[in-house]
Amino acid sequence: MLNTFMVYVENKPGVLTRVASLFRRRAFNIDSLTVGRTEKPEVSRMTITVDADRDQARRIEANLYKLVNVLLVENITHQPAIVRDLALIRVSATHDARSHVLELANVFRARVVDLSAESLTIEITGGEDKIDGLLDVLRPYGILEMVRTGIVAMRRGSKSNGAAATENTALGAADDGVSYSV
Amino acid sequence: MTDQKTTPATSNTAETKTKTKTTTMTGASILWECLEREGVKHVFGYPGGAILPAYDALKHSKIHHVLVRHEQGATHMADGYARASGEVGVAVATSGPGATNMVTGIATAMLDSIPIVCITGQVGSKLIGSDAFQETDITGVTLPITKHNYLVTHASEVARTIREAFYVARSGRPGPVLVDITKDAQQGTCEFDWDAAKPQLPGYRPDLSPAPAEYAQALELIHNSKRPVILAGHGIIVSGAMREVRDFAERAGIPVALTLLGLGAFPASHPLNLGMMGMHGEAWVNHTIQEADLLLAFGMRFDDRVTGDLKTYAPNAKKIHIEIDPAEINKNVKVDVPLVGDLREVLLELMPKVESIDRSEWLDSIDRLKGDSAVRDIQNLPDSGHLYAAHVINDLWHQTRDGNTIVVTDVGQHQMWEAQYYKHEKPRSLITSGGLGTMGFALPAAIGAKVACPEAEVWVVVGDGGFQMTMCELATLVQENLKIHIAIINNGFLGMVRQWQEFFYDRNYAATPLLNPDFAKLAGAYGIRSMTVSERSQVVPAVQAARQHEGPMLIDFKVEQEDTVYPMVAAGAALHDMIRRPSPIVETAEDE
Repeated sequence: MLNTFMVYVENKPGVLTRVASLFRRRAFNIDSLTVGRTEKPEVSRMTITVDADRDQARRIEANLYKLVNVLLVENITHQPAIVRDLALIRVSATHDARSHVLELANVFRARVVDLSAESLTIEITGGEDKIDGLLDVLRPYGILEMVRTGIVAMRRGSKSNGAAATENTALGAADDGVSYSV
Repeated sequence: MTDQKTTPATSNTAETKTKTKTTTMTGASILWECLEREGVKHVFGYPGGAILPAYDALKHSKIHHVLVRHEQGATHMADGYARASGEVGVAVATSGPGATNMVTGIATAMLDSIPIVCITGQVGSKLIGSDAFQETDITGVTLPITKHNYLVTHASEVARTIREAFYVARSGRPGPVLVDITKDAQQGTCEFDWDAAKPQLPGYRPDLSPAPAEYAQALELIHNSKRPVILAGHGIIVSGAMREVRDFAERAGIPVALTLLGLGAFPASHPLNLGMMGMHGEAWVNHTIQEADLLLAFGMRFDDRVTGDLKTYAPNAKKIHIEIDPAEINKNVKVDVPLVGDLREVLLELMPKVESIDRSEWLDSIDRLKGDSAVRDIQNLPDSGHLYAAHVINDLWHQTRDGNTIVVTDVGQHQMWEAQYYKHEKPRSLITSGGLGTMGFALPAAIGAKVACPEAEVWVVVGDGGFQMTMCELATLVQENLKIHIAIINNGFLGMVRQWQEFFYDRNYAATPLLNPDFAKLAGAYGIRSMTVSERSQVVPAVQAARQHEGPMLIDFKVEQEDTVYPMVAAGAALHDMIRRPSPIVETAEDE
């Protein structure tokens, strides 16, 4: 199954390579990886989705912790979370089809961000299912170009994990009482 | 960047004097100063362009530099130094080829969790990425084979980086750390302040310990077990838990099987010691593991060479895994209770609650398993004039057993015979490349061990193949005036590969016969005394002669060419499915 990890890392050169190299080295396939700044300048945050069973997910977490620059790892696969992907889709839309495509975009609450005689470019933000859904209905019109960012995720609720990441007070893996993930 | 040359002398008020603990130093001088403060007394290295500023500054340091003949040797020496002493070993090389030559030694240290710090020079920071002369992205190259690595581009980063490198290398599960320092970072100057250069590793947590509930679960399994076995690994030595393991085994009445790297962690002569497990472990040990109802894995990682086929491995046994590295839990073998932490501390916590249980029935059944192996032992063969490697190892053991002896082996058949026939009583008395199986390891690692422990009697036990991979280090040995004895187990073959060809490739000995130089003459070229031995009766006199000689000695033992290591679990076979030495003993060499 697809697991989603939030990984807080030190904002230093080469850290992305270390994380990516770990997945390659241990033969885990990354489905999606995003990295960006956080509310703290010294901390970067990655959202990584990877196909793994429960034991493999445990080992991924433990191996991530072995990287010296990794501050905090959370597997949020089974936790309430906001998960967002962004896609830009250029779809073939000549005069006849244009209104149909616009209508579909509206239904999905997507925005048109560029227009030409032959095509429309649509921006959509949402969970992966929603974006896949839009792509399915647009496909008959002809998708000329498409790019997705990969997902970013955040747990629901008021708790901030960035603080824990920098204060070196790692959260316990309380879900099943196993302490070895720190 | 603080490459300015500020001198605090201009502001010499009383107040600033007490505050100022800093002096202006070059990055190169800071490097040696920090190494000294980390307790380093010896480094193993080879100079070159990008590391020259560091070598220039070496003259002001108390550190003794051992000039190697190949940078791979430097890493193996640092490794042998670390294994023999328990301290961090240090290797130094220049950029490009100097750094890439270290790769094999770094990977060797990584797989066996050996704390070494490798210092490499790098081209100037302005040249990085330009494919400059002798530029290699060595931090990129070594990323998957180091515990951590650093690229230092400013003198002001040298102190903190060296402190972090030593801390990371020696803490938690130890491992190699590489520090790549650009030439301008060595040449640049900055204020040096040791105290201010504290490690800043907010994400690094080497000190884990189990939860109380996990201890309780472990104790329940131990007390309910009728047929338990301790699997004793390298972690015992790293943790310094020899005494605790012994106390635990004796109190709970549990026999102990050892991994290759665990040899010496539990005394060979102890009644509860079964011997080595795994591919070339004794038959009774592997059978015992397969019949056990509880495995207590102490600082070992269920390597494929000790488990055989995982599907049939110890099928009826519960498993308790005491291990410092959380990523090892459930990696190869699914365990029932993981206790993640320092082995010694975990055992100290467990010990008061462990009940003494009479397990004589289980121990008697293991004794019965041993009988069959005795008749297959090559030691019981009458002297037919043939010299077997096992004779050499066994005689060497008898001669040196009472001394402060360190045996350093290479990789292959002789390594397994050493493990079988040399009975190690003490930790760090066997130094061998386990995980990576690096041929060419023995001679340089022995030099490192001898530098670390000058009082010890150091024996290299090495095959004729592996010896030729790093024999250039004979010059290092002579230059450093080290008394090391070298026993070449010379069978004219790459013996272990030949053995696999014999068993699994229809005796097609492709590329395994060796045409060797005259090793005795070769030793003579370096000014090393040598002997050649081809009869069993000559082994003991040769060993005695070496021990009495004041300098190093090389003995070329010409042994049976096609002898085979028994028993053997074929790769991927079940652990109890062993190829045994034919019984009664027959000559394995074909006398055609």
